[in-house]
Amino acid sequence: MSKPLTCDVVVIGAGMVGAACALYAARAGLDVLVVDRGGVAGGTTGAGEGNILVSDKEPGPELELALLSWRLWTELAAELGASAEYEAKGGVVVASSPGGLTALERFADAQRAAGVGAEPVAGDTLYALEPHLAPGLPGGVHYPQDGQVMPALAAAHLLRASGARLLTGHRVTDVLRGPDGAVRGVRTDRGDLHAPAVVNAAGTWGGEIAALAGVHLPVLPRRGFVLVTEPLPRRIRHKVYAADYVADVASDSAALQTSPVVEGTAAGPVLIGASRERVGFDRTFSLPAVRALAAGATRLFPFLADVRATRAYLGFRPYMPDHLPAVGPDPRVPGLHHACGHEGAGIGLSTGTGHLVAQALTGKRPDLDLAPFRPDRFPEEAA
Amino acid sequence: MTDRPHLAVIGAGPAGLAATLAAAARGLRVTLVDSAAEAGGQFYRQPAAELRARRPQALHHQWRVWERLRDDLRGHLRAGTVRHLTDHHVWFVERRSADFVVHALLGPEQEDPATVRADAVLLATGGYEQVLPFPGWTLPGVVTAGGAQAMLKGSLVVPGRAAVVAGTGPLLLPVATALAAAGVDVAALVESAAPRAFVRHLRPLVSQPGKLAEGALYAARSARHRVRPLFRHAVVEAHGTERLEAVTVAALDAEGRVRPGTGRRIACDTLAVSHGMLAHTDLAESLGCRLDGQVVHVDDEQRTDVPGVWAAGEATGIGGSALALVEGRIAGRSAAARLTGTEPDRAEWATALKSRTRLREFAAALDGVYRPPAHWSEQVTDETVVCRCEEVTAGAVRAAVEDLGAGDPRTVKLLTRAGMGWCQGRICAPAVAGLAGCRPTPSRRPFARPVPLGVLARESDHPTEEGPS
Amino acid sequence: MSSPLDLADARPGPAFTVTLDGREIEALPGQTVAAALWAAGVTSWRTTRGEGRPRGVFCGIGVCFDCLVTVNDRPNRRACLLPLAPGDVIRTQEGTGHDD
Repeated sequence: MSKPLTCDVVVIGAGMVGAACALYAARAGLDVLVVDRGGVAGGTTGAGEGNILVSDKEPGPELELALLSWRLWTELAAELGASAEYEAKGGVVVASSPGGLTALERFADAQRAAGVGAEPVAGDTLYALEPHLAPGLPGGVHYPQDGQVMPALAAAHLLRASGARLLTGHRVTDVLRGPDGAVRGVRTDRGDLHAPAVVNAAGTWGGEIAALAGVHLPVLPRRGFVLVTEPLPRRIRHKVYAADYVADVASDSAALQTSPVVEGTAAGPVLIGASRERVGFDRTFSLPAVRALAAGATRLFPFLADVRATRAYLGFRPYMPDHLPAVGPDPRVPGLHHACGHEGAGIGLSTGTGHLVAQALTGKRPDLDLAPFRPDRFPEEAA
Repeated sequence: MTDRPHLAVIGAGPAGLAATLAAAARGLRVTLVDSAAEAGGQFYRQPAAELRARRPQALHHQWRVWERLRDDLRGHLRAGTVRHLTDHHVWFVERRSADFVVHALLGPEQEDPATVRADAVLLATGGYEQVLPFPGWTLPGVVTAGGAQAMLKGSLVVPGRAAVVAGTGPLLLPVATALAAAGVDVAALVESAAPRAFVRHLRPLVSQPGKLAEGALYAARSARHRVRPLFRHAVVEAHGTERLEAVTVAALDAEGRVRPGTGRRIACDTLAVSHGMLAHTDLAESLGCRLDGQVVHVDDEQRTDVPGVWAAGEATGIGGSALALVEGRIAGRSAAARLTGTEPDRAEWATALKSRTRLREFAAALDGVYRPPAHWSEQVTDETVVCRCEEVTAGAVRAAVEDLGAGDPRTVKLLTRAGMGWCQGRICAPAVAGLAGCRPTPSRRPFARPVPLGVLARESDHPTEEGPS
Repeated sequence: MSSPLDLADARPGPAFTVTLDGREIEALPGQTVAAALWAAGVTSWRTTRGEGRPRGVFCGIGVCFDCLVTVNDRPNRRACLLPLAPGDVIRTQEGTGHDD
């Protein structure tokens, strides 16, 4: 085995969250090493749509994290230029019935009180925002803060900007701990990496890393499919989704749920997302899931019926029982920090997560109260 | 009679036809599903009926074999034991608990759906050509060698007046010969393999009289049309602004590097180029079939590792039409036996098994001869477009590897969009992997062809077709 | 000088007229869009959406999608697969092929 590498902090996971942790830790003056068993953005990051959403979050700790992340994303977007394909396109949430609209507007009122930009749009205003929407919709809410990045590019460019050393193709096989129980680094299949701090940014596989450190962290996979169309001119301008999406995100059901999230991209294809199923790490292509996505998308945008889907891909969101990520130091293992379990919101929440983790790593008082995100908040018997 | 097991064969080329005939002769109901208007696949592609060709055999080799396949198929169609669904473009095969559903799009429009329910499926999806990039390869007038041949066989047209045929592989000579016979001036046949490689790889196979005779026949015909291969040479650049005007051909050294100073320009309006063949494995992959490298894994009976799924022909390994026929026959017999709950009679097909072994050895030997030059990527300038659909350059691929830490084809794709366009990387995947310095990986394309969202959205408001009685 | 039609001794029915960007072109029954355009000496009928470069047939068998073309106002048809009918209106396709 080769001579161990040393650094201030090892970040496990070269996805979006790991990249953001690396960036903010490096900017806080730490020597950072990022390790991943696969490539850059090889897990859930490379299988997502790149959502940076505030619209789907109710007031509470996740929304606070989303708003912090949104501010940091706008700063980073200015810095990175077009390289991450950041687009502040805004979101439009559409109600399908007058009753649904009332509920949606109530939800938006509460969000507005928490600092979210949320403007009710009805009739002509809705169709001015999205001219190709199905006729006869009662209205919706426009969220100007919602945005998007190309997630793999964003992760790669953040990693590059961080200046962190990157070890891809290195599988972490153990978390090294001293006699006092504190973290001393990690063991990989290609050598040891020594550091007084380790950040678990392993996403859906974060529970396995926690287990290597001897602690319980219930991260479960929640499978999602995304449909991709042929390239089109920009006909869909915002991130458009039906109001049921929020309910699906918040649901604990294991059964298939699909509420379409439809959006155009800078590259041309329209992305249709958001099936959710708890089926373990099953990579089998599911025709019913994809059919449901297509049905939902063509209901919102009838013109899509004649547009061709060229591919579909799947990913595994890191789902936690209370739908909140694990962010910050683990009181059970000194030196171990977590930054995982963001379910379908990891791209959006990555910057705030990285910022908070960097503050914790350097002993600063975090900008947000980390208590709701404590990694030890789940009882052991839940396993 | 509808209680007899129903086999859906996908692809009506040599493998699919042989499988259909073998299975139908042994009592299965067979539905042959194919995208073309007529059976034959790429190898026996027929001129469109409306062109009323009286001598299609002038465009073909082994015409008698085709006639026998065609006549046997007609017999089964008349008897109602086989149903042939033409113009059915299969985009997905769905595996359900007790059966399979083949999902297709109809006609050249590919807008309306059709489905076929079957007890088992046999994938004879064939292959397509690999072309590695070089500067100028996106110019109109640069076509695949197989594409030039397909357009000639199917529509009786040629791409231009003066052609260079280049690359490597056993396809180049017949394509050059056919173009010459059809009136094209073949200015050069440029083959990167060296004659020494033929001796080294093929001498151990002198027991292959059929193949060697065929090769000799091509050589004689091409001599008549004055097409002589220029061995150990390669096209290093295609020139032109709006369309192809010329190519530069250069000599290769023993390592496959371009010998400096050997380039010469040949005027032409057509370049027919090929660097070997790739298998169509999408349907097999989405069914969950194991792959061996880039081809579908099968056992002795041509069964994949998914119960109820057989595969034969180029999809299971590039080997030409003779091997495809033998594999198809074996697969059809195995399916007939297994679906009726009997053991296949090995004595009956001992000859087939033996010739499969010989033909696979021959294919392996050819594979040894016809390799793209080891250093092909050195000719690919940073400005050269590699992914034709998304217009991703070689420079962008190299930057993803060198600057952004991409170490595998999937990451390169995510970071550059190479392979994300209309063709889903079918054309650029080998080149992208080669430029990134890694092996191509299975592509995981759930749709074998683009599907209208409206078709996907409509659950099952169209009837599922049953097999023939 | 031989031709492919002579080689196969083809006796197609009478040619019919289609248009490419308004220009009349003769096509034979059974020929695909790509074949008729090749026979008329046309090798490109699309420009790419990035660099606006010309493209035509590449693979010839429906795999590469380079030959996409607009026929009778429907974009993104594969010229190498689509048979022509009398009066068909072929247009050079630019970019995605969709208006906007």
